[in-house]
Amino acid sequence: MRTWREITSLRKFRILVLAVAGFFLLGLPFWASQFVSYLMLTFFAYAITVIGFNLLFGYTGLLSFGHALFMAVGAYTAAFLTSKFSVLYMEIILVAAVIVSSILAAVIGAICVRYIKIYFAMLTLAFGMLFYTFLLKFYYLTGGDEGMRVLRPYLLGFNLSDIPKMQFLTGSYYLYTLVVLAILAFLMWKIVSSPFGLCLRAIRDNPEKAEYLGVSVRKYRWYAFVISGAYAAIGGALLAPAIGQVDPGLTYWTHSGTLVFMTLLGGFENFFGPLIGGVVYIFLQDKVMSLTAYWRFIFGGILAFIVVVAPGGIAGVISSLAKRSKC
Amino acid sequence: METILNILFSGVFNASTLFLVAAGLQVVFGVQKVFNLACGSFYALGAYVGITVVKGVVAGGLPTPLFIVPLIAAGLLLGLIGPIFERGLIKFVYDRDETFQLLLTFAIVMMIEDVIKFVWGTSPQTMGGIDLVYGQLTVLGATIPVYNLIVIVCSLVIAGLIGYILFNTRFGKIIRATADKREMSEALGIHMTWVYVKVFTLGTILGTLGGALVIPAGAAVSEMGVELIVLAFAVVVIGGLGSMKGAFVGALAVGVLKSIAISTFPELEMLTIYIIVIVVLVIKPQGLFGGGRV
Repeated sequence: MRTWREITSLRKFRILVLAVAGFFLLGLPFWASQFVSYLMLTFFAYAITVIGFNLLFGYTGLLSFGHALFMAVGAYTAAFLTSKFSVLYMEIILVAAVIVSSILAAVIGAICVRYIKIYFAMLTLAFGMLFYTFLLKFYYLTGGDEGMRVLRPYLLGFNLSDIPKMQFLTGSYYLYTLVVLAILAFLMWKIVSSPFGLCLRAIRDNPEKAEYLGVSVRKYRWYAFVISGAYAAIGGALLAPAIGQVDPGLTYWTHSGTLVFMTLLGGFENFFGPLIGGVVYIFLQDKVMSLTAYWRFIFGGILAFIVVVAPGGIAGVISSLAKRSKC
Repeated sequence: METILNILFSGVFNASTLFLVAAGLQVVFGVQKVFNLACGSFYALGAYVGITVVKGVVAGGLPTPLFIVPLIAAGLLLGLIGPIFERGLIKFVYDRDETFQLLLTFAIVMMIEDVIKFVWGTSPQTMGGIDLVYGQLTVLGATIPVYNLIVIVCSLVIAGLIGYILFNTRFGKIIRATADKREMSEALGIHMTWVYVKVFTLGTILGTLGGALVIPAGAAVSEMGVELIVLAFAVVVIGGLGSMKGAFVGALAVGVLKSIAISTFPELEMLTIYIIVIVVLVIKPQGLFGGGRV
């Protein structure tokens, strides 16, 4: 008889859990309400962003406090292409978001990764705010604080503009986003378990030693920055049609704080932690907002609690409980 | 000539409150090594409490020109919330990674913002132009409200006072020693808990006082703390983290720059500030007056 712990550590078991979760999410729009499906849809977009963010934060040890910048880049790419250039193919939008954000992340990253810790956080915050004021002040280009409308994109070349809005979002667009998330999550899993991912972890734990062992620390941090920027942009580009209107608030520093919050809530030490954090954050926010207008107070309390008592987040608490039940 | 004078004056006025908040940020960062995002929220709290107190005492029959006395008293007393946050939350993360310290102060920012919304609502609050009771001066054609002049003088006095405390008192020596080498100071018998409580309270008072002083000449909105912390952040980056001289020079630079940009290229107002921040961070990350290594 195998112990529970042995079973949960089996590869087959993990694949089974993932498959069950996958089917659960695929089937969700059929039995859950449209509103729940819509919240899940926004979660998928955030999920892509935070797994990219965690490559930088959890695996490389760099806290970016301006990561919402890339999310906004993705979202505004979608807005520009659909409403200014009438490019409606979602695939083109995604590719454009990746290209634009990668170029931007390459430049910003090259400057930022020269620093670590608080200086890295401050510099990324400054870039995020720079982009915020750019979006706000160049209103003839970006619509200022009103933002820009995002038109409904074609998915895989199909024009779906006849379907009612919510049905589109919770039907085909939901599936589309879920598939993109699955592909990108799998890709990220490959990245973090590759030698490259191991190098990032070595850099996080002991940069001097990593450098000594021949890892080009700065270059690897830069790679991680660019990859996570591209992920955030894809997340933003997918979020844009779901919310229908993009505004500069997407890159305000408190929105970057939200991304860090999600990651920490779920647990940055675990690959799936940010995903758990994202889904809990979005549904909890919806619940608390329906109860009180002062949801920030409650969320601030939760964040303080996590930081002080459970820095491992939800995933950390679960794994420590599992260890305790074994003994 | 008069426009230049107007721009300069409003810049210095901006700088005087910015300096107070930035100084609060600096002193806490210097000693505790915690980058306190909540400084801006303390500033907002100071502004709101200031409005309520002044309205109360003026309605209670205090001669209007004396309103500045209860205002300053309110700002100073409100600083006593500092120890509550320090003992209640911040003390748990001194030995943790900077990331967690930053996030904990971010949590405080979220909480205070909602406390303000809960108590005072979301509509902007003003004192109804009470600062005009002191009248205006005309210098070389430029109109200067006397109240703003008083704020600038107050800020200068506080700057001088901080300088005096830091370099001429026993407490100042302890602060400088702790900022330099914490373990060594502790080994020499300095009670760290008390130093931390006092320093954090000092940082809070600078924030709340700054908010209280600035508000008669403006309006309080619930986002003001979040907006100000970004400016204060620019100030400390330009001046150098942990340096008081840096806070002074940085505040002047940001304040004057902001008012120049507003009157010449309003679109570029904040843009110029962030570009300067980034340039400073790239060329000299420790800031103009920061001595610490990066």
